Amino acid sequence: MTAMAIERLQPLLERAFPDATELEVVDRTGGGDHFQVTVASRRFEGLSLVDQHRLVYEALADPLEDGTIHELRIKTKGPT
Amino acid sequence: MTELRTRIEEVVSGEPVALFMKGTPALVMCSNSERALHALRSAGAPVTAVDILPDPHIREELSALSGWPTIPQVFIRGELVGGADIVEELAASGELEQKLEQSLGPEYRNGTERVVDVLA
Repeated sequence: MTAMAIERLQPLLERAFPDATELEVVDRTGGGDHFQVTVASRRFEGLSLVDQHRLVYEALADPLEDGTIHELRIKTKGPT
Repeated sequence: MTELRTRIEEVVSGEPVALFMKGTPALVMCSNSERALHALRSAGAPVTAVDILPDPHIREELSALSGWPTIPQVFIRGELVGGADIVEELAASGELEQKLEQSLGPEYRNGTERVVDVLA
C-alpha cells in the first residue's frame, strides 16, 4: 500500500518538476497516507513560499482530492 | 454567496492573524494545527482561531476562498501566509516576526489570543 502511494506521487512530481535537482517522497508514518515531499527546482525561484507550495499542491491535486494523501508536509527549495 | 462564506471572509480580512485549525488552541485536534499554533505563539502573534471541525462546509468554503487545499491555514491581515510548514519555516528564520511587525505594527505582541465561531 505504502509503496503504491509513493509510486503514484513520485511520477506526478517528476512530471511537474522535470528540472528538479532534488525530489523526494517519504512516507512519514508507514501508513501510506502521510507524506513528506521535498522538491528543489528552478520553478520556485522568485516565488513566495505560498506560491511554491501551490505548485506542489497543483502537481498532487488528484491524490489530494481522492484522499490518497491524508497529510502532506512540503519543503521547497531553489535548485541545489 | 452564502452566509458562511461571508462570515469566513470577515474573519480573514478583519482579524489581524487568523488561524483556521482543527480544534481550538485549548484542545488541538491535529498535529499540523498544533505546529502552526506553536509557531505563531513563538512569534508572539495575536491569534484569532477558528475551529473548522464543527461543519465540513467551513473547510469547503475556506479552501474555495483561499485556493489552499489543506488545514491549517494562516492569514495575516487578510493575506494567506500558508500552512504549518511555511509558518514553521518563517518562524524559524525570524521572518514571521518581521512580517507581523510590518503588517500589524511594533505593538503586535499586545494582542490577545481568542477563538471565534463562523457558524450562525
